Amino acid sequence: MIGFLARRLVNYVILCLVATFLAYLLASLTFDPVAILMQRNPPPPEAAIAAKRLALHFDQPIPLRFVHWLGGVVHGDFGRTVTDHNVGDELLPRMGVSLRLFLVGVTVGVILGVILGVVSAIRQYKISDYAATVFSFVILSTPVFVIGPLLKTGALQVNDWLGTEYLKFTGEQTPGFDGSWLASLGDRLRYLIVPTLTIALQQIAYYSRYQRSAMLDVLGSDFLRTASAKGLTRRRVLFKHGLRTALIPMATLFAFGFGLLIVGGTFTEHIFGWYGMGDWLIVGVNTQDANVVATVTLFVAVLVLISGWLSDVLYAALDPRVRV
Amino acid sequence: MTAAQTMFDEQAPSENGPVLRVSDLTVSFPSESGRVQAVRGLNYEVSAGEVLGIVGESGSGKSVSSLAVMGLLPQQARISGSIKFRDRELLGLSDDQLSKIRGKRISMVFQDPLSALTPVYTVGDQIAEALRAHGHSMSKQQAHNRAVELLDLVGIPNAANRAKAFPHEFSGGMRQRAVIAIAIANDPDLIIADEPTTALDVTVQAQVLEVLKTAQEVTGAGIVIITHDLGVVAGFADRLMVMYAGKAVETGQVDEIYAHPRMPYTLGLLGSIPRLDAEERQPLVPIEGQPPSLVDLPPGCPFAPRCPMVVDACREAEPPLSDVDGSEQHRAACIRANELIAEDPDAAEVFEVEAVEEAAIAKVPREQRPIVLSVNELVKHFPLTKGAVFKRRVGTVHAVDGVSFDIRAGETLGLVGESGCGKTTTLMEILGLDTLMGGDIAILGNLTTSLTKQSRREIRRDMQVVFQDPMASLDPRMPIGDVLAEPMQVHGYSKQKIASRIPELLDLVGLRAEHAERYPAEFSGGQRQRIGIARALALEPKLIVLDEPVSALDVSIQAGVINLLDELKAKLELAYLFVAHDLSVVRHIADRVAVMYLGKIVEIGEVDGVFGDAKHPYTQALLSAIPIPDPVAERSRERIILTGDLPSPANPPRGCRFHTRCFTFAALPEDKRQRCLDEEPVLAAHGDDQQAACHFPRARAVL
Ligand SMILES: Nc1ncnc2c1ncn2[C@@H]1O[C@H](COP(=O)(O)OP(=O)(O)OP(=O)(O)O)[C@@H](O)[C@H]1O
Ligand code: SF4
Ligand code: SF4
Ligand SMILES: [Mg+2]
Repeated sequence: MIGFLARRLVNYVILCLVATFLAYLLASLTFDPVAILMQRNPPPPEAAIAAKRLALHFDQPIPLRFVHWLGGVVHGDFGRTVTDHNVGDELLPRMGVSLRLFLVGVTVGVILGVILGVVSAIRQYKISDYAATVFSFVILSTPVFVIGPLLKTGALQVNDWLGTEYLKFTGEQTPGFDGSWLASLGDRLRYLIVPTLTIALQQIAYYSRYQRSAMLDVLGSDFLRTASAKGLTRRRVLFKHGLRTALIPMATLFAFGFGLLIVGGTFTEHIFGWYGMGDWLIVGVNTQDANVVATVTLFVAVLVLISGWLSDVLYAALDPRVRV
Repeated sequence: MTAAQTMFDEQAPSENGPVLRVSDLTVSFPSESGRVQAVRGLNYEVSAGEVLGIVGESGSGKSVSSLAVMGLLPQQARISGSIKFRDRELLGLSDDQLSKIRGKRISMVFQDPLSALTPVYTVGDQIAEALRAHGHSMSKQQAHNRAVELLDLVGIPNAANRAKAFPHEFSGGMRQRAVIAIAIANDPDLIIADEPTTALDVTVQAQVLEVLKTAQEVTGAGIVIITHDLGVVAGFADRLMVMYAGKAVETGQVDEIYAHPRMPYTLGLLGSIPRLDAEERQPLVPIEGQPPSLVDLPPGCPFAPRCPMVVDACREAEPPLSDVDGSEQHRAACIRANELIAEDPDAAEVFEVEAVEEAAIAKVPREQRPIVLSVNELVKHFPLTKGAVFKRRVGTVHAVDGVSFDIRAGETLGLVGESGCGKTTTLMEILGLDTLMGGDIAILGNLTTSLTKQSRREIRRDMQVVFQDPMASLDPRMPIGDVLAEPMQVHGYSKQKIASRIPELLDLVGLRAEHAERYPAEFSGGQRQRIGIARALALEPKLIVLDEPVSALDVSIQAGVINLLDELKAKLELAYLFVAHDLSVVRHIADRVAVMYLGKIVEIGEVDGVFGDAKHPYTQALLSAIPIPDPVAERSRERIILTGDLPSPANPPRGCRFHTRCFTFAALPEDKRQRCLDEEPVLAAHGDDQQAACHFPRARAVL
């Protein structure tokens, strides 16, 4: 078992490196940060441009540049931006911002998604089931950049009703907010609600669909009948035997769900003015910065790695048939 | 008496009267075409210690009526009547109240053991859970210990260890034992077993029935056993209830009904089963047509459309279940029961079955007929892999390990053996017409390894196949005419020829020409299998390979298809390779039989020889495990119960592959055993056309 998980981990690490390299390659081939420099008015002197090229290691072939960059990463040095700032300096705060959004979003999403899915399945063909189905399909077929602004409008309404501007949705906290850490936390929460909801809604829709069908499969199964025939009450049958088994296929979905989350997260950050990793990617593309793009890709790849690996661990924990 | 047995009441509870009394039970379900009346006024009772068998065709309401007793029907079911357990009315109890009775006083064993246990909990925990659900004072440890005792009681070797195993680590037979352990855990008064052995191999079925008998002895419970196998009922049940279209149509003591059925349906049912102990070949009794739709049943006897004895009066009112033969025990629902009493006719007489004439070719001695298929030392191994995503090879499955036989023109070879013995693999290798891992196959004299494009095409025409699942092999969007035309188009038949051949084929398999317009979904299972056969016949083949062609069909329908195959063989001088696990069917249809065990043929020869005087211990055990639908004969048989399960073909035992389960081996003195362990026996001749692979062949009466 441990061997299996270790092998999987090695596989994921390799995949991570490949993904990062590809992003780096693509960025290096298509970006031309020097061109931006040249568009300045007045144009910078030849020598400055040459120096810039040298600073960006443009004299080296791309794979070598990548190895160079990766060598730095191992020592915690993510290179410098085109504007000659340390990438690493910006990394930590931005990671914090993104992780806050992702972790809360995914936790809320998975839990509510599973509950919604199970309830739909148990009450199949009832009004609640139809409502959940419609909800999920609408959410899943609406892009984040539509949901986000819609939620903003909704939040405005709520604020109107409340009569105060309770829900905030631009930035992460009130600028210059001063108070105890508890008050500060409360302040941050008010900013967190709407963006998290944007992300969580998608996750709920996604997981609930799968959980519903997994649960329906299990509901028709013989072993639930055996469990009822033993004399267990319906609730015990449904949860101890039914849900427990229906959770197994969800473990594999977790890895894929995370991909969806990150894509959604990029837009969400942008819409709500959070300076996270997704926002940084957009900045990186705009400034034609290969190091930033590679760093963000690495971050995403590592997240996917962790979620993929967690998926495996979860799967092995849930299903005795794969534990060997 | 073992420790486990002492934990049950010594005697059945001494309360008087039946344990279960079902009266006027009706169950209906909503459906798109109207309400399905699945059970329509059912009455029966079961006493403590008594075994009631329920038989009937698929859809006759056997399962629904028992699920009603357990209170396990889906919510949309509408139920009325009365279900009394002891003196307590069960209908109308809430789920909470019922759950106190379920598993405690009444328990149930279901058909498919593979899916009957929750995959994520250990077997021991699932048994312990049943104990703790009712015995609230029981500690976890006590429940666990008791679970181990129960596993031991149902014959799981090394129970203490195996209790920690998950269901997927158990074989089908072991899982069914575990399910029985759950069923008897709380010493119930009634056990309902719904097709408890249908999904199992015969040798395992024999073991499980034995366990059920033990279970009944230790609990003293009444048992309701639902089955479609009249052989199982003959040996196991005291009383029988025959169901048809949601009602009981005949009830009585097993012996009486088998000897003197008083309702044409029962008569037909008993005549439709091929018999393992049949000396001479008699045609089977098919019951034409299908069970009626349970939506809007017309008035009158529901069997009338299929009954050979039907008269106008039958269609007026549904005959009630009335006493026959002056006995209150034996009741039948037929207005002409008296005539059956007076004449006691044969099923074949009533259903007017004609004997099939023997083909001209069958009279030619075997050696003079040409060989159509010859298989020589065929080998097929599969890599065994592990891991869900990244597969790695951890061993080799020896699916077929040196199999040889040949089939001559106009002859049927039955290939039998338990699931996993390599029957289907052998068949797939023959059909593949491809390179082989080992050995060779010659079809009509052509080695499959050296086929030209032309000869491959010819062989594809001369050899056809019929599969088990008729539905899966028919394209649902194609009308039957197109299904039949397809192979002919591929082989370049002209339009006129195809157009004239289709009605011919349909007629050949007992369907009507106008059926060509219809789609597969409009046909019943038996009819679909006939279509499958018609398609196989389209190109006038010489050899037909049949993979379990009747095992998905109800007995009465199966009889018709078997008769058809018999008839076609004689008429068209076909040769069949007939793969089946049902030895009775094989005895009926085959001329020769090959018995496989773990990838090898252990005995082969002419059917009467092999079935009448089996030499290999495995063949003997297989034959002995098959129940015979004759209560008197069945109860007097001494059954050979094989120990253990089929070893894994990835790791076949050394020497004789059968030695781990062989009773002859077990009885041998130490010095002789060594030979079985060291030396793999080869097929040796016993008589003209019979060979067995055993070092110590002994005659033994098994039927
Ligand atoms: N949940 C359900 N909803 C609708 N109809 C049902 C349901 N369960 C059973 N039926 C119908 O009730 C009738 C009786 O079914 P039942 O399962 O009792 O047959 P059976 O005698 O057990 O057959 P088998 O030998 O195939 O097990 C059938 O027509 C079946 O289609
Ligand atoms: S009542 Fe009539 S139709 Fe029904 S079984 Fe008897 S003879 Fe046949
Ligand atoms: S060779 Fe030995 S072990 Fe094998 S079947 Fe014969 S007696 Fe049994
Ligand atoms: Mg059934």
